[in-house]
Amino acid sequence: MAADTKPRALLHVPATAKRGEVIEIKTLIAHPMESGYRAGPNGSVLPRDIIQHFVCTYNGEEIFRAELSPAIAANPFITFFTVATQSGTIAFEWSGDNGFAAREQAAITVE
Amino acid sequence: MRFWRVFVSLMLVAATTVAGEIPTSERRSGYSQMSADLQRMQDDDSANPGMLWVLDGETLWGRQEGAAAKSCADCHGDAAQSMKGVAARYPAVDGALKRPIDLEERINLCHANHQGATPFAAESRDLLALTAYVARQSKGMPVNVAEDAAALPFIAAGRALFLQRQGQLNLSCGNCHDDNWGHKLGGAMIPQGHPNGYPLYRLEWQDLGSLQRRLRNCLIGMRAEPYAYGSPEVIELELFLAVRAKWLSIESPAIRP
Repeated sequence: MAADTKPRALLHVPATAKRGEVIEIKTLIAHPMESGYRAGPNGSVLPRDIIQHFVCTYNGEEIFRAELSPAIAANPFITFFTVATQSGTIAFEWSGDNGFAAREQAAITVE
Repeated sequence: MRFWRVFVSLMLVAATTVAGEIPTSERRSGYSQMSADLQRMQDDDSANPGMLWVLDGETLWGRQEGAAAKSCADCHGDAAQSMKGVAARYPAVDGALKRPIDLEERINLCHANHQGATPFAAESRDLLALTAYVARQSKGMPVNVAEDAAALPFIAAGRALFLQRQGQLNLSCGNCHDDNWGHKLGGAMIPQGHPNGYPLYRLEWQDLGSLQRRLRNCLIGMRAEPYAYGSPEVIELELFLAVRAKWLSIESPAIRP
């Protein structure tokens, strides 16, 4: 990680939504997702380094969860839909090998 | 006699239409040959992984580095204004070095000479991030490299390299990208080979890479010996490609399969 020690993530959460509206949430995080099956330059197998879990909570309530596998490409892009119920915080957590842990959040206002 | 004259002239016409440069009106970015899904991925800043590098570059732009403890922003200010259109002009001939340099080398020279820092390694994440951030400021602007007297010999050298058959497969760049663009090579679409989206995120790499890295890929595919990073040949080739792509819009950071 070059510019920042914190893993870089891109979020797309609408800033405002109408109550009951279906909203699209997009997340993209910088991660090598090294599968553990590839050989490095010297021929030895590169150790696995992947994100294993992704959890999204809406005001503390879990609304989406994913288990990631070695076949998923680097910089995983996860997108899903939810219903805007109330104003508050949508939080995202990624965790994985070598103690990888990242947390981001976005505020949403529901009218 | 007359038959032969007509025959020979017909053959010449045939030869010039089969091989040779793509007419200006038919030049198009590789973007137009991508699937609609990939085009949407490139256009959406929250789905384009290249933006991860652009954001890293923005951080580096404001960070003090080197013996001079200066940041890029200390001299250049807001990149959105000072760097607008810069990527469209590169590669350009450097007055002091009297040879063309690309955007990566320009950033590295600045990093070493004005910040007093150790130059970034070729293809390192920091160099790619800064280049992506600077190139991003020219997004949508037409490629417009200078074709002045200083640049002409290097452009000619680049054109010669582009048309030079090389490697065990005995192919030139032009064999694919001038003569057979729009056709398939294996399962993959052959693009015209324009440099207007670099540095770009290539799905095959799962990574952001420079034009030099892409050229190395092509040369290895031709079973030719790739040019070293920063070698005169690769810069001449980059310069010729930029001239060939004149007026196409900058897409950095682009997505390519």
